[in-house]
Amino acid sequence: MTGHVSIRLASERVNACVASGSELPRFYTPGEVISGMQDFMRGHGTYAEDDCLKASVAGVMQKVNKLICIRPLKSRYVGEIGDVIVGRVLEVQQRRWKVESNSRLDSVLQLSAVNLPGGELRRRSAEDEQMMRKHLQEGDLISAEVQSVFSDGSLSLHTRSLKYGKLPQGTLIKVFPSLVKRRKNHFHNLPCGISVIIGNNGYIWISPQKHDLMVEGNVDEIQNYDMQPVTRSDRETMARIKNCIAALVASKMMLDDTSIMFAYEESLKYELVKDLLDPEAMLDIAFLTQHRINNIMEE
Amino acid sequence: MAGLLLSPTEKVFILHGVQDDYRSDGRSNIDYRPMELETDVVSHASGSARLRLANTDILVGVKTEIDVPKPDKPDCGKLEFFVDCSANATPEFEGRGGEQLANSISNMMQKAYHSSQAFNLKQLCIFEGKQCWKLYIDILILECGGNLCDAVSLAVKAALFNTRIPFVKAALMDGGNIDLQLSDDPYDSKLLDVGSAPLLVTLCKIGDKCVVDPSAEEENCSVISLIVGLTGDRKYYYPKDADKQQSVESKCTTIGMNGPGSVAPKTLKDAINQGIVAAKSLDEALGQALLKERQQNIGIKKHSYGFLK
Repeated sequence: MTGHVSIRLASERVNACVASGSELPRFYTPGEVISGMQDFMRGHGTYAEDDCLKASVAGVMQKVNKLICIRPLKSRYVGEIGDVIVGRVLEVQQRRWKVESNSRLDSVLQLSAVNLPGGELRRRSAEDEQMMRKHLQEGDLISAEVQSVFSDGSLSLHTRSLKYGKLPQGTLIKVFPSLVKRRKNHFHNLPCGISVIIGNNGYIWISPQKHDLMVEGNVDEIQNYDMQPVTRSDRETMARIKNCIAALVASKMMLDDTSIMFAYEESLKYELVKDLLDPEAMLDIAFLTQHRINNIMEE
Repeated sequence: MAGLLLSPTEKVFILHGVQDDYRSDGRSNIDYRPMELETDVVSHASGSARLRLANTDILVGVKTEIDVPKPDKPDCGKLEFFVDCSANATPEFEGRGGEQLANSISNMMQKAYHSSQAFNLKQLCIFEGKQCWKLYIDILILECGGNLCDAVSLAVKAALFNTRIPFVKAALMDGGNIDLQLSDDPYDSKLLDVGSAPLLVTLCKIGDKCVVDPSAEEENCSVISLIVGLTGDRKYYYPKDADKQQSVESKCTTIGMNGPGSVAPKTLKDAINQGIVAAKSLDEALGQALLKERQQNIGIKKHSYGFLK
């Protein structure tokens, strides 16, 4: 019984970049002059000072006709209506939950914007306000959709559909929100028997697929079902997917179901899942995935 | 650790994983995450090291100063540990928020290094009863990703391995005072013997089993964690005279507990044995990495890689 320990030297650090084009876009740092004021329009991420247009964030420039924007490399999640997010309940308040969603301000989930488990219709009563903690309590993870954006940029969520709501057993990975591709569907049942929710806010939820959805079952039954141990094979696949996503993120590759599935297939040549934690293996997987994506694009 | 919330179902998932000896990233209960190490990162310190373990980032600097030895130990030098939790790690460390954690880690290190079998303080002696070296070991926590104690102890050992203490060229006795002349050449210096310096191993009790190198989420699931300080083996650090000395059994220098839970005597015994195994493989890996780095830059270090990726 010996543990596995690996200590690498900084001189052996792997460069995780897999971009095929050698040309990198020009980066602007905050305060850097972009251009004179002449006749450009000031967009997001810029400000005007001393007759110059300057960047207020670190990022790359985007130009649409006369409008100049700087798109930040790293930022918190900026929500849009209709986005699917994964969030964590922080607080139970009067008729609403505070949800942490990786955006600048905490999001809000109104009691009137949820479906109760089992499809039961909500009666607007004081009693059901007192039952709020039974439904969602502090620390619970939920999937939800952005219903509206308040004027200060905080989000109002809703879970008024069967696919949203409290999440069962599984693991959460946090990635940069800018790496998540906006898609029609963010709920994926991968062919390997695992379901993944790729939240637009950069929170990705990996869980075993539910075999029989017990919509009809009562609350206690659902809870009991949630606590059953996950099988070993599911656990291995989940760990593999988790490490694959980590590998893609380390190389700053966009995440969607195809890239995750490609990475998963490429990773199968490493028999042990924990070998995927090694930086070289991570780069290898990201590289092979990029290669496969490029091939598809050409066709 | 600090302010992380987990839902009951996530906790159940982690708990079952530990019972199954298969954690959420595919590691077994006795595996460490890959680490990255660099020594000699701070040019104006006598010795320094930076260790990154997944998301945990530790920077250690060693500063030397001349001091008067304690009257009860006239032939011994002194070590002082200071831990600083940067507010960059988590916002909770802002102001005095990280003080408690910092104190507990520095006390733990102090205790672990206290024994003469762990670290020989006699090598820091200059003049018995008059003057000795005092090493200030400053530990900076830049990012928290779980398992702070282990990372800190590894980084400290690496920094001490890298520490150079200048030779004394001449000494003038003037009444009771001693005036020392130190060598100006930074390479005219001696290295410390740190082979037996202790490493801390945190064992997080989750369910009935203990895991090594817990992630922040796993730390959140456990009610108690044991921290075991175990001495290292010189043969991993000084391979040249390895045949001269016998393999040493690692000795336990300190045991600490964190958290409100309790441990049964049998679990404690098992945990310590598990810790000894883990410490041995940690020690071996650290020794290999340090020797390799020393070989790479004989004489002058080319450039430091630092924090930029």
